[in-house]
Amino acid sequence: MKTSPLTRRSLIATTGAALATIASGLLVPARAAGLAPTPSMRGGANNYRPGAPIVDRIGGGGFWMTGTVRRAGDGAPISGARIQIWAHTTEGHERDPESHGATLTDANGEFRLEMPQIVPAFGQPHGHLAYDDPEFETVFLRPVMPNASDTTLAAHFVLQPA
Amino acid sequence: MRAVLIWGALGAALLVPLWVAATSPLLAWREPIYIIAGLAGVIGLALMALQPLLAAGLLPGLPAPKGRRVHLWIGLAIVTAVILHVAGLWITSPPDVIDALTFRSPTPFAIWGVMAMWAVFAAALLASLRRKLRLPPRIWRRAHTALALVIVGGTSAHALLIEGTMGTVSKTALCLLVVLATLKVIHDLRIWTRRRA
Repeated sequence: MKTSPLTRRSLIATTGAALATIASGLLVPARAAGLAPTPSMRGGANNYRPGAPIVDRIGGGGFWMTGTVRRAGDGAPISGARIQIWAHTTEGHERDPESHGATLTDANGEFRLEMPQIVPAFGQPHGHLAYDDPEFETVFLRPVMPNASDTTLAAHFVLQPA
Repeated sequence: MRAVLIWGALGAALLVPLWVAATSPLLAWREPIYIIAGLAGVIGLALMALQPLLAAGLLPGLPAPKGRRVHLWIGLAIVTAVILHVAGLWITSPPDVIDALTFRSPTPFAIWGVMAMWAVFAAALLASLRRKLRLPPRIWRRAHTALALVIVGGTSAHALLIEGTMGTVSKTALCLLVVLATLKVIHDLRIWTRRRA
């Protein structure tokens, strides 16, 4: 009499082992993938001007846009990343070239650029930020101010190597 | 005397929100085309308060047949206001308006506004084709009223969610007036309930 190589015992054992492998994989995916990259926000790229110059300050200043840039996975700070910033402010519309300026991150991956006060436009007081260089995937952000009278706004990038 | 009071109260309810918006400090940082676009929206919303009252002939001096004719002209004015509103915003920031029209906007109020815009156009189209379509009057009336509900609800949600030139109090009061006037007239004219013979 021939017996099948697949016995009930071996079937249960292999199925159980397979399930355990899948389950253990599902339990720790966050650690395996590390820090996830920041996705672009809807409307983030609106009125973007590629190649806006690096400036010490946009217009007369009085408002601070701040933030950090880190690498996806290990979260290491990225220094020298070029971030473009623009908004509807007391000195101009989003489309105006003088409403745009870029800055570079420091050794800690932090950036900070002074600009005119952001005022509500198109229904919300909001700013725009872009990372758009070859080393990492492009990301556009559109943070909204919790309060229109705020004089600072922060936005953080986690970039995926290109 | 009663007529003066009604017109006075209605005039104040429509003109105060417009005056608040027209004197907003935000206007100092906007170009003329953006200011016109915003105010066209406010005027369109204010005119919506008149529409149900005119359709029902509730306004002094404008009983049903006369009121309906004015309703038609105010309807045309609302269509014009909507076109000015959207065109002005398009000139101010094309990508934001394209996002809104394609329902990809990050701001939910844009979706409400675009819904209301299409309902305004549909309601006007339905009115202009009234004779050609030869729909039974009850059906035509229900379709036009259903569109009015989308317009009134969509526009109110649109306006209330926006942080802009309108004042919070006068904006809320105006939206309430528009919605309540519409609901009262739908009830009074028995649009959906069976009419007595």
